[in-house]
Amino acid sequence: MSTATSSTALAPLQSILDRVAAGVRLDRDDGLALLACEDLSLLGELATLVRDRKRPERVVSYIVDRNINPTNICVARCSFCAFDRLPGDPEGYVLSHEQIFAKVDELLAVPGVDERLLARGGVQVLLQGGHHPKLGIEWYEELFRALRARYPKLHVHGLSPSEIVHVAKLSHLDVATVVRRLAAAGLDSIPGGGGEILVDRVRRAIAPGKAMTDEWLGVMREAHAQGMKTTATMMYGHVETHAERIEHLLRLRELQHESLARPAAPGRRQGAFTAFICWPFQPGGSELELPRSGANEFLRMNAVARLMLDNFPHQQTSFVTQGDKLGQLALFFGCDDFGGTMLEENVVSAAGTQCLITIQQIEHCIRAAGFEPIRRNMYYERVDA
Amino acid sequence: MTPGAPSVAPELASTTHELRLDGRAALLPGGHDARLRAIEECVRGGGRLTFDDGLFLMRTPALHRVGRLANWVREQKHGDRAYFVVNRHLNPTNFCVYDCKFCAFYRRANDPNGYRMALDDVRRMVRDEFERELTEVHIVGGIDPKLPYSYFIDLLRVIKEERPDLHLKAWTMIEIEWFARISKKSIEEVIDDLLAVGLGSCPGGGVEVLSDRVHAEIFPDKLSPTQWLDTARRVQEHGVRMNATMLYGHIETDEELVSHMVQVRELQDATHGFMTFIPLAFHPAHTELAHLPGPTGLLDLRTIAVSRLMLDNVEHIKTYWIMQGIGVAQVALRYGADDIDGTVVEEKITHDAGATTPFGVTRTELIRLIREAGRTPFQRDTTYSRAAPV
Repeated sequence: MSTATSSTALAPLQSILDRVAAGVRLDRDDGLALLACEDLSLLGELATLVRDRKRPERVVSYIVDRNINPTNICVARCSFCAFDRLPGDPEGYVLSHEQIFAKVDELLAVPGVDERLLARGGVQVLLQGGHHPKLGIEWYEELFRALRARYPKLHVHGLSPSEIVHVAKLSHLDVATVVRRLAAAGLDSIPGGGGEILVDRVRRAIAPGKAMTDEWLGVMREAHAQGMKTTATMMYGHVETHAERIEHLLRLRELQHESLARPAAPGRRQGAFTAFICWPFQPGGSELELPRSGANEFLRMNAVARLMLDNFPHQQTSFVTQGDKLGQLALFFGCDDFGGTMLEENVVSAAGTQCLITIQQIEHCIRAAGFEPIRRNMYYERVDA
Repeated sequence: MTPGAPSVAPELASTTHELRLDGRAALLPGGHDARLRAIEECVRGGGRLTFDDGLFLMRTPALHRVGRLANWVREQKHGDRAYFVVNRHLNPTNFCVYDCKFCAFYRRANDPNGYRMALDDVRRMVRDEFERELTEVHIVGGIDPKLPYSYFIDLLRVIKEERPDLHLKAWTMIEIEWFARISKKSIEEVIDDLLAVGLGSCPGGGVEVLSDRVHAEIFPDKLSPTQWLDTARRVQEHGVRMNATMLYGHIETDEELVSHMVQVRELQDATHGFMTFIPLAFHPAHTELAHLPGPTGLLDLRTIAVSRLMLDNVEHIKTYWIMQGIGVAQVALRYGADDIDGTVVEEKITHDAGATTPFGVTRTELIRLIREAGRTPFQRDTTYSRAAPV
């Protein structure tokens, strides 16, 4: 494709530009045209337009959180994963409650983490792990109850849809019951992990042991119906086509549309996606031998997602996979949130990628980009003012 | 259209933004946009930007407008091409008597981590380790008082004896001036000696920031801005082409960066000897300035773009991925850079300062990244006299 910027090269995009400017929803073909667009600054400018509408204040938020991976034992056998261990592997582990508490205590000891932040829901743990063949609903209920008893104000963001489907199967329960019981035990919100690409062809190829598309979306639909907030992710840059990336975005947009149309139950929040996060497949240590998708693609993917997901309020940048420099640049390609502070990360780092940065660095990146850094909770309420 | 979705997303419908293309976009608050339009008209009309324009561009939040304009200039000059050279760095010594606060490479005399390559080792390295595909060696080192003038001449001779085909891009203005001092010769006589043994061109390092204030504060032992410009002028007037760098992201101000660009542009008007301008991202780790955060991705990209716009008389703008990071370098190919330096098998100076980029990138990987950025990879020689698509 010729990339010299000329008015003729841009002509097919003019109608998309006009519709973005007018706030008209883009369709599948628009998404494909945008994914093929090599004019990065144009995509950046369009995505910034939408980002600024969604968040007119010159702020970029982040949440003080940490990752806890309770187990790496997993029977899902995803070909892109370097973190998982099969049952019986000497490197497999399951964390005890004490080990998990110790990790929470580390988070609470972070400078600036205080009662006030905690009271506003501004301190979060992200609990995600493998599909352990023996850890059923009781194990998770006990863990969440123990966490709630010991840390009543800690926000527990945990168990991706695929883990919930796994627990449901293991415990012979339906998803609605699992979500209800986990929420009652102390689960506050559900992360969008394991979204990968929400197209069964792709899931069969790279993650056959995980929830299929309708199951993944089904968990989110149920969580939203029960008044829970969730997030959505996308891992691109492996075996998927451009059309499948757009299909992924459209499925998310559809579900969000459905969830936003459902009135919130009295006294409860409206269940919906709060944010979208995407990152490229990280080669290294996994079975998939593919070249690493680059920076231009990361920024383009973010811009296209921001343009297509017009009903998603927020978009997070993935500094953990991209580093601080590109993590910051994504703020000019549709992102308005720096995600969580993480403290520890074991999954992408198992594939040789780890770009953890400190809270200070996060705030510096945000300020240097011309925004005010603010701390938020999972509901995107400001917790530091 | 998604089934059941409204044709107008209600949360988007209330906009009054006007969106147009190619310098006709208007997404900014008042005054700002008019200024950007004036700059865009100036550049597209072939005009020259002023210092104030440059400063405005360093500060406007409209990153994509600046990048778009820089990309336009870049495509006017080079179309889709992204140039690269297959080269190798040779740092013959890391002993250095100069005390520069931004440097993590230098070692003082008697430091056990200091090294000084014997000429026999250089010869062996060239013979045994230099790939056939190399076309250029980039040679810079510390200011090492234990090495005699003859060493710096002989080093080039040795490499040329082994590999007459290689282009030797050797010695910064800092080193050339040092050679003149220790040999008690003029700059011109030193250049003659180097040309006689095969010097091809000079690298653009050592200039840092052309600011007396920054010079006094962080690299007082090196040539002052006036001395650097004078040495560069004499070297170029003596027939040697060279590059110019600019170290950013430490204590310098936006004004000092733009002033640096203007000073290089003025010298270029007189000499036309600069081939490429190379913004270098400061790496704080292990330096005396380790308390500084270093440049963010935005400054990296903006510096590339503004350099392209200000230096209208310099043909090439290079992104040096070892310092900017491979991701930023790839993006830079759409924000003003036409050259990506990266086929570096061994690079020591920045890695001592904690660069986490891989030590080398294979030719295949570089070509893939260039293509992913929508550019056509062109392998070139040092002076861009030969360049061919790969």
